[in-house]
Amino acid sequence: MHILMLAFKSIVNRKFTIALTVFSIALSIMLLLGVERIRNDARESFASTISGTDLIIGARSGPVQLLLYSVFRIGNPTNNVSWKSYEEIKDHRLVAWTIPFSLGDSHQGFRVLGTNLDYFNHYQYGDQQPLEFSQGKPFSTVYHAVVGADVAKELGYSLEQEIVLAHGTGKVSFVQHADKPFRIVGILRKTGTPVDRTVHVSLEGIEAIHVGWKDGALDLKQPKTVDKTSLLDLQPKTITAVLVGLKSRLAVFRVQRYINEYPKEPLLAALPGVALQELWDTMAIAQQALLAISILVVLVGISGMATAILTSLNERRREMAVLRSVGARPWHIFVLFMGEAGAVMTIASVTGVAALYLAQLIARPIIQTQLGLFLPIHPPSSHELFLLAAAIGTGLLVGLIPAYRAYRYSLADGMTIRL
Amino acid sequence: MMMETDAITIQNLAFQWRKDAAPVLNLPVLQIKRGERVFIMGSSGSGKSTLLSLIGGVLLPQKGTVTVLGQQLNGLSNAQRDSFRAEHIGFIFQMFNLIPYLSVVENVLLPCRFSRRRKQNIENRGHSLQDEAERLLNHLDLPRELLHRSVTELSVGQQQRVAAARALIGSPELVIADEPTSALDADRRASFLKLLLNECAEQNTTLVFVSHDSALEPQFDRSVQLADINNSVN
Repeated sequence: MHILMLAFKSIVNRKFTIALTVFSIALSIMLLLGVERIRNDARESFASTISGTDLIIGARSGPVQLLLYSVFRIGNPTNNVSWKSYEEIKDHRLVAWTIPFSLGDSHQGFRVLGTNLDYFNHYQYGDQQPLEFSQGKPFSTVYHAVVGADVAKELGYSLEQEIVLAHGTGKVSFVQHADKPFRIVGILRKTGTPVDRTVHVSLEGIEAIHVGWKDGALDLKQPKTVDKTSLLDLQPKTITAVLVGLKSRLAVFRVQRYINEYPKEPLLAALPGVALQELWDTMAIAQQALLAISILVVLVGISGMATAILTSLNERRREMAVLRSVGARPWHIFVLFMGEAGAVMTIASVTGVAALYLAQLIARPIIQTQLGLFLPIHPPSSHELFLLAAAIGTGLLVGLIPAYRAYRYSLADGMTIRL
Repeated sequence: MMMETDAITIQNLAFQWRKDAAPVLNLPVLQIKRGERVFIMGSSGSGKSTLLSLIGGVLLPQKGTVTVLGQQLNGLSNAQRDSFRAEHIGFIFQMFNLIPYLSVVENVLLPCRFSRRRKQNIENRGHSLQDEAERLLNHLDLPRELLHRSVTELSVGQQQRVAAARALIGSPELVIADEPTSALDADRRASFLKLLLNECAEQNTTLVFVSHDSALEPQFDRSVQLADINNSVN
């Protein structure tokens, strides 16, 4: 099409001014797609934190809070679950497996999780993936520890290294249980979930840290050496939460009701999927605000383009008259200006998408270490392509304004050159 | 009265810009023969440009008929008149004739983008478009080294010669020039006119040359005073 060729040459001729318009629209498109991509990928990464677990059980609070402290290891539980209740749940006829969680201690800012060997057998994340060891094996005695991939990497830990666990969850703890060092026997493979940032010990290990401690101070009346604590009865009296797998998923609501109406203790059973959704929904307003802002930024970019074309219209009236004199029809003039809007939008979209991938390539490792979100680099999703098409469509729609104006001008001016 | 040998026949034409305004043009008759080189003289504001727009088919008269090369323009649709103009008429304006983002040769070849006939005319003679543009520019005394320059680097006189080449490319039957020399100094005016007339004679092109400058008049076959034939002079 000859007239589009003219539009192209006209753009090349004014490349520096048009480059600014293209740049602003490209940035806005990068922002729009970036926000959308983070929204979706974060959601996916988030939803894959735990899988295969039918119920999470803890002291009665809210499902979101329970999910946060048990799975995401953010915040602290309000109350505990008694060991007796745990045993009753474990022995329930519909329950296939359980994983007890005991939280409340930390190591160099990483959470310490007390659990048992069922954790390594039943805990699943992502697409029903089990935990795997990159080195070593599960703990087998009280003073063994298994660390997540990030813990090992960031603290430079290797097998057989001895570490000291602290009471409390702060990064800097004044109450270190230095008298009872743990030995690293296993390092887990990277999962992209909070497991990577956890130090795992046995439930007995958690109890052992606290033997000889009372009200946050060393109790001199109690034995406190490593050897002696190993021999004590380290049966915990309470735990923080229990993950439950059922024999049949169909029984999930029955068991949930049983737990929620448990007479001996106020307990809460939450469905992980529902709680994840609920937690995600609490963040929905912020995400939608972000999306709305990025859409507005695209609109600002597009109106900038329309302004630039409209401004050029007056100085191009004689060009239109010349084109009319050599036989161009008014709709040729229309196409000339639409072609300009179309070219700007197309170049800006390609640039924006390229910039997005570049930014993702640079930001991915930072987001992963800082936020624990794994954002994969993948080709544009159909949803992203839809957003892109909507942006281009809006650009063309707005481009109609100067194009129609040029059309009217060329009808009115004919071959008369107006200055 | 209308003859096949006429390039332009205008009969009982009346044109006004707005319904309530007085007519700008009221021409009982104007006849220009094929191959004629006619000088139309008129002061500014006398309706010269309007007349050329009517002949070019950009405007239609409220009354009367405009017949160009045997084709009555009143009967054609807007699109048909646009393509008729592209096929048969070349235009040269007073100034700013060129598209700034096209090279000299691309400007000359612009009508061939809109007219298959003019493109065909060149190819029938066994020339390539590029060669024909360069041949015309050479005839019009434009140095070869300017051919691929940006048109904004040319002097006004050079720009007008490029515009003349564009009007003549593909041998349209009719060339209409609207004050093409008024931006040129006396020397350049004379040389431009000579080149244009020579080229029209060579291609046997009808030339309608409109100007307020009576000094140019003797070089044409015939001269028409617009004021004499226009009845609506206020």
